[in-house]
Amino acid sequence: MIQAILVFNNHGKPRLVRFYQRFPEEIQQQIVRETFHLVLKRDDNICNFLEGGSLIGGPEYKLIYRHYATLYFVFCVDSSESELGILDLIQVFVETLDKCFENVCELDLIFHMDKVHYILQEVVMGGMVLETNMNEIVAQIEAQNRLEKSEGGLSAAPARAVSAVKNINLPEIPRNINIGDLNIKVPNLSQFV
Amino acid sequence: MALKMVKGSIDRMFDKNLQDLVRGIRNHKEDEAKYISQCIDEIKQELKQDNIAVKANAVCKLTYLQMLGYDISWAAFNIIEVMSASKFTFKRIGYLAASQCFHEGTDVIMLTTNQIRKDLSSPSQYDTGVALTGLSCFVTPDLARDLANDIMTLMSHTKPYIRKKAVLIMYKVFLKYPESLRPAFPRLKEKLEDPDPGVQSAAVNVICELARRNPKNYLSLAPLFFKLMTSSTNNWVLIKIIKLFGALTPLEPRLGKKLIEPLTNLIHSTSAMSLLYECVNTVIAVLISLSSGMPNHSASIQLCVQKLRILIEDSDQNLKYLGLLAMSKILRTHPKSVQAHKDLVLQCLDDKDESIRLRALDLLYGMVSKKNLVEIVKKLMSHVDKAEGTTYRDELLTKIIDICSQCNYQHITNFQWYISVLVELTRLEGTRHGHLIAAQMLDVAIRVKAIRKFAVSQMSALLDSAHLVASSTQRNGICEVLYAAAWICGEFSEHLQEPHQTLEAMLRPKVTTLPGHIQAVYVQNVVKLYASILQQKEQAAEPEAAQDVTQLMVDRLPQFVQSADLEVQERASCILQLVKHIQKLQAKDVPVAEEVSALFAGELNPVAPKAQKKVPVPEGLDLDAWINEPPSDSESEDEKPKGIFHEEEQRHAKQRLPEADEEELARRREARKQEQANNPFYIKSSPSPQKRYQDMPGVEHIPVVQIDLSVPLKVPGMPMSDQYVKLEEERRHRQRLEKGRKKKKTKEKGKPRRHGSLHTESDEDITPAQQVDIVTEEMPENALPSDEDDKDPNDPYRALDIDLDRPLADSEKLPVQKHRNVDASKCADKEDVPVVEKKAKKPKKKEKKHREKEREKTGKEKEGEDLDFWLSTTPLPAAAPALKSSKHKKKKHKKEKEEKSKDKKKSKKKPPSDEAAEPVENGALDEEPLPPMSSYCLLAENSYIRMTYDIQGSLQKDSQVTVSVVLENQSRSFLKNMELNVLDSLNTKLARPEGSSVHDGVPVPFQLPPGISNEAQFVFTIQSIVMAQKLKGTLSFIAKNDEGSTHEKLDFKLHFSCTSYLVTTPCYSDAFAKLLESGDLSMSSIKVDGISMSFQNLLAKICFHHHFSVVERVDSCASMYSRSIQGHHVCLLMKKGEKSVSVDGKCSDSTLLSNLLEELKATLAKC
Repeated sequence: MIQAILVFNNHGKPRLVRFYQRFPEEIQQQIVRETFHLVLKRDDNICNFLEGGSLIGGPEYKLIYRHYATLYFVFCVDSSESELGILDLIQVFVETLDKCFENVCELDLIFHMDKVHYILQEVVMGGMVLETNMNEIVAQIEAQNRLEKSEGGLSAAPARAVSAVKNINLPEIPRNINIGDLNIKVPNLSQFV
Repeated sequence: MALKMVKGSIDRMFDKNLQDLVRGIRNHKEDEAKYISQCIDEIKQELKQDNIAVKANAVCKLTYLQMLGYDISWAAFNIIEVMSASKFTFKRIGYLAASQCFHEGTDVIMLTTNQIRKDLSSPSQYDTGVALTGLSCFVTPDLARDLANDIMTLMSHTKPYIRKKAVLIMYKVFLKYPESLRPAFPRLKEKLEDPDPGVQSAAVNVICELARRNPKNYLSLAPLFFKLMTSSTNNWVLIKIIKLFGALTPLEPRLGKKLIEPLTNLIHSTSAMSLLYECVNTVIAVLISLSSGMPNHSASIQLCVQKLRILIEDSDQNLKYLGLLAMSKILRTHPKSVQAHKDLVLQCLDDKDESIRLRALDLLYGMVSKKNLVEIVKKLMSHVDKAEGTTYRDELLTKIIDICSQCNYQHITNFQWYISVLVELTRLEGTRHGHLIAAQMLDVAIRVKAIRKFAVSQMSALLDSAHLVASSTQRNGICEVLYAAAWICGEFSEHLQEPHQTLEAMLRPKVTTLPGHIQAVYVQNVVKLYASILQQKEQAAEPEAAQDVTQLMVDRLPQFVQSADLEVQERASCILQLVKHIQKLQAKDVPVAEEVSALFAGELNPVAPKAQKKVPVPEGLDLDAWINEPPSDSESEDEKPKGIFHEEEQRHAKQRLPEADEEELARRREARKQEQANNPFYIKSSPSPQKRYQDMPGVEHIPVVQIDLSVPLKVPGMPMSDQYVKLEEERRHRQRLEKGRKKKKTKEKGKPRRHGSLHTESDEDITPAQQVDIVTEEMPENALPSDEDDKDPNDPYRALDIDLDRPLADSEKLPVQKHRNVDASKCADKEDVPVVEKKAKKPKKKEKKHREKEREKTGKEKEGEDLDFWLSTTPLPAAAPALKSSKHKKKKHKKEKEEKSKDKKKSKKKPPSDEAAEPVENGALDEEPLPPMSSYCLLAENSYIRMTYDIQGSLQKDSQVTVSVVLENQSRSFLKNMELNVLDSLNTKLARPEGSSVHDGVPVPFQLPPGISNEAQFVFTIQSIVMAQKLKGTLSFIAKNDEGSTHEKLDFKLHFSCTSYLVTTPCYSDAFAKLLESGDLSMSSIKVDGISMSFQNLLAKICFHHHFSVVERVDSCASMYSRSIQGHHVCLLMKKGEKSVSVDGKCSDSTLLSNLLEELKATLAKC
C-alpha cells in the first residue's frame, strides 16, 4: 500500500499532498517538512530509498523519491510494494503529467493542483496502484477533460473575462516571475510495462 | 428572484478562481497568513450563495488551502453539496475535496450514502469512477456496509474502467466491513482471470494485500497464481505475485520447490530489474524455507548471490542498495556464500552514498571471523579517518565496537590489538561515543586478566597525552575515556612502569577542566597510585622519595578541593587530610605504606548484571519486617536513618587514619562483619572454598573467583593496531610451523583455523599468544539456581512461552472459533482485525469448489483441507481438556522442580511419570499395572553433567517444537554459565534471542549446584516435519570447585524423530471414519514379530511414546489417531496376532508415514 504521495519543490513548498491515511492538517505539514529535510540533504546521484521518517509509518515504511528539476516526488510505501516498481511508477506519473500539460513545469503544478490530483487519481486509488499503462491513463484523462469542456468548465466565459481584466491591475504578472529552469526534464528511462 | 440571480452573477465576476488565489498568495509573501484569512472569509461568502458554480469554485480553492495546512472541515456540508451537483465538473471538485478532508470522524459523512449510491449507478462511467475514487479515500464502516452490494455489482460492470476501480475499492470495503469478504471473494477470484489486464492487476493487488496479512488462508490460490505467473506479461502483476509467493513459501515448502524453476527462468530471461530483484528475493525466501533434507539448492543460492553481485556492482545506486539489502537476507542463512563477496562489501564502504555504506556495515557485522577481524577493522579504521560527517563516523565507531565485542569477544584473538584499536579511536574528535570506548576499555581490562599490564601501559600513555584533556571543552564526549584510563591505572597500579609520572599526569592543573564525574575518579585513583608508589619507595628504602611524593600530593590536591563538583570536593578534602596525616607520620620516620595500601587491598571482579537478584535470602531473615520500631509518623522515618548515617560517617573517617595497626584492623574487621551481619541491605557471601583472599585483611566480603593466570604477556613496546596486523600474521605463521612440528600440542597451541562454528572455538582452544582468560561475570554463591530468571520479562524464551499459551487458553473454550481467535489476537493491533476473522472462514467455501481441480493440479493443498476438516468436524472439544491438562502439568512440573531442586534431586524422574498418566488412561481401558515410562531420553552425559530431553510440539504453532532438556549436575562442582548451542540446519533452527547471530548459543537460565537438576526449554523452528533429523550441538559451561574453575563442554546430538512432531489429539470415531473414507491419505503397513507384551500395555506404550490416542478398541484390534503440528492426519490400525503385531497406517503425507512406521517398528521391536 502507498501511504502518502508528496510533491514539493526544492524549498519544501508543497505542490501536491495526498495522504491515504488520516492525519490532521498540522501533522500533514510536519510530515511534509520532515520528508523535505530528509531528501534535501541527499545528493542527486545516490540511491532513491530512505528508511521512513518518524512521523509516518515507522520501520516498515520506506520513502521512495525522485528528483526532477525543481520538484521532489516522494512516495511513502510499505513493504508490500516493490521498491523499483514504485520508482517506475513515479516515472509513469511524471511522464503522464508531461503529456497532459505538454512540457510540464513547476508552474503547471502550482496553478493546476486540482488537475494534478485528477491525473494522480487515475494512477493510484486509495493507496493502491490502479493503472501503470500510460496510454490508458492519458486516454481516461482526456475523456474526462472533454466531458468537462462539454459542460462549459468551471468558470464560464464572463468570469474569465473579468479575471483577465483584473489581471491588468495586478502589480506583477506572476507568469513573468523568473524561477529559472522551470521545465521538468523527463529523462528517458526504461519504460515500465 | 430574477434580481437575485443577476446579483449572483455580478458578484461572480469578482470571484477569484483557483489560479487567482494561487497568484494572490504568491504576491503576498510578507503577509500570507493575513491574505489567506481574508480569502477564507471570501470563500465563506461564496459558499453562502445558491449558485453551484460559485460553490464549486470556492470548494476548489479550499482544497488548495487544505494542502497548505488549513483545516477545511468546517465546509464539509458545502463539499457534500458540490458532490451532489449534476455536472461532472462540479462533482469531481466535490469528491476531490471530500477525499482530502473527510474521515471517519466527519459527522456529515452519513449524508452522502444516497448520493454516492446514485453516482455509482449513474449512466456516465466517469460519474461512477469519480465516486469510487472519492469513496476509496473516505469509506467508513457505515458506508462500506451500505454500499458493499452496489460496489460488488460494479465488479461485473461492462466497462473495464469501472471494473478495475470497483475491484480495487473492495479491499477498503473489506477493511471497514469484514463481513463482506466472504460473499465477495468468489467474484474477486474470478477477476483474477479477467480479460482486461487492468482489472486483473487490480484483483491481484487486492488479494496480495489480503494475503499479506494472513497468508495461510490464501495458500489454496497458489495454483491459480502459479498459472498467472507463468502466463502474465505484465511486470507489475508479476512482481505482486512473486512477492505473494515469497509470503506463502514459508508456510509450504513444497510450493517453494515448485517455484524454484520458473523463478530461475525468469531471473535468466527478464530485462526488468525490478522483476529480477523481486525474483531473487523470493528465491531467497524459498531457499530459506526449504528443508535441509531436500536436495541441495546450492546452485540457486549461487545464482542469487551472483545476480546480487551484479546488482551491487551496478553503477545505479538503487540497485546497489537493494542488492546489499537482499544480501543481508542471505547472510542470515547462508553466511558462507556471502562471505565470499567480502571484497565487494568492503568496496561499498567507500561509496559516496551513506545509505549504501550503512547497509554494507550491517553486512560486515555478520562476516567477521577470527581470521579476518583484524583486516576488516583496519579497513574500518581507515574509513573513520576519512569520514567527514560525524553521524557516519559515530556509526562506524559503534560498528567497530559492536563487531569486536560480539559474542563475548568471540572473534578477538589478540586483545593487545583490541586495546590499541580502542586507544586509536580516542583520537576521534567530537564523537558522542566516548563512553562506549571507555566501557569497552574497562570491560576488557577487568575481564581479560592477562591484558591488564598492557592496558595499564596504554592507559597511562593516554593520561599523559595532553590532547584528550585539551579537547575536554564541552563539545567533546571523547574525554570520557579518561574516566576508564584513570580507573584502570589506579586499580591495576601494580603494573605501571612509571607510576610517578602517571601520578603527576593525573595531578596536572588542566585536569580540573574535566567534567566532575571524571575528576572524582581521578581523585580516587590518585590515592591508589599514591599507595602503590609509597609501598615501592619504602621497600626500596628511599624515604626521601616517599616524602617527595607525599609533598606532591599535598601541593596538588587543593586544586580539587576547590572544585565546584560536590563529589570531587568531598573526596579531595578527605584525601587531603589523609595525606597530610601521612606526611606527619613520615616526618617521624614511621613506615606507612602497608597501611595505606591496605585501603585498596583486594580485587574487584566483574559482576553479572543479574547477580543482585540471584542472592538468596538468608534463612531467618524477613525482608518485610521492621528494622527499627515502626515510626510513629513519617517525619521520624526521615530522621532516624540520617542519624545512623551520621554516626557511621564519623567512625569511618576515623578508621581511615593509618595509625591503625594490624590488631586494630582486625578488631574493626570484626566489628564491620558484625555490622554487616546485622545489616539486611548488605549482601553476604556464604562461605565458599573458592575464597582465595580469605586471609587478606579487609576483603573477605568480596566474592572472588580464582582465575588461572596464563603466561604473562610480553609487551613489545607500544605498537599501534596496524603493527598488530603484521605481528598477528607472523604469530600465525610461527604457529603453523610449530603445529607441524608438534602434533601433540596442536590442540593447545595451534591457532584455531577457520573452525566452522563457535563451540569448536571454546576458550580451551585459545592459543597462548592470545593469553586471555575471559573472566566470566561473577554470580553470588548459592545463587538461586532455578526459575528466578523465569520472572525476568526480558528473557525471550519466557516471553515466547507466554505468548504461545495465552491465545490457546481462550480458544479452547470456543473450539469452532479457535482458529479465528488465534489469528485475531495476532493482528489485534492492526485495524483490520475483523477481516482476519472473516478470512479464516472463507477458505472453507472456496476450498470445496476447487478441491478437485487443485488436487489434480499440484496435490499440495492439504492445508486447506485440513482447515476444512478442522472447522467442520469437532474433535476439538475433546482435544481441549487434553491440551489443557498437559499445559497444567508443565506448570506444575516446573513448580515441583523448583521445590525439588532445593531439597532433593529426583525431579528428573517425576515429571515423565506424571505425564505418562494421561496417555495411559487414554490408551488402556482397564487398569493393568504398567511398566514405568519416561518420554525423556538421554541426550549426552559426562562426568559433570547428564542431559535428558523430550520434544513437544503444539498444534497452535505449526513450525515450532519445544525441546525440554533436563540438566543434572553429577559432579561436585558448581556448574554455571551454561550455554547451549546447536548447528542449525536449513530445516531446523534454534530460536535465539533477538539480535543474536546464528552462531550464538542460548544461555541456560539457571546454575546448577552439585547434585541438582533442572529443566530448560528451547524452542526450535521447523520447516518440514516429514523426516526425522539430527542436530549436532554443544553445551558449554564453567565448572567451579575447590581447585578452581574450568571451561567444559559436552557435545550431543539432538534427535528430532517424526514422532516428536505429533501431538496427541483425540478423535471421534465418526470423524475418524470420514477421514479414512476421504481417500486423501496414503497408506503403508508394517509387521513386527516376537512380541510378548500384552496388547494393553503395547497400546499404552505407543500412545505414550508416539503421541497417539486410541479411537476405538475391539479385542486385539485398535484404531489410533494423531496429528502432526503441521496438520497431517495419522491414522493407525493395530492388530495383534499370536506373537506378532501388524500396523496399518494412513497419513496425508506418505514420507511422514513411512518414517513414523519405522520409528514405531523400533519401539515395538523392544516389546
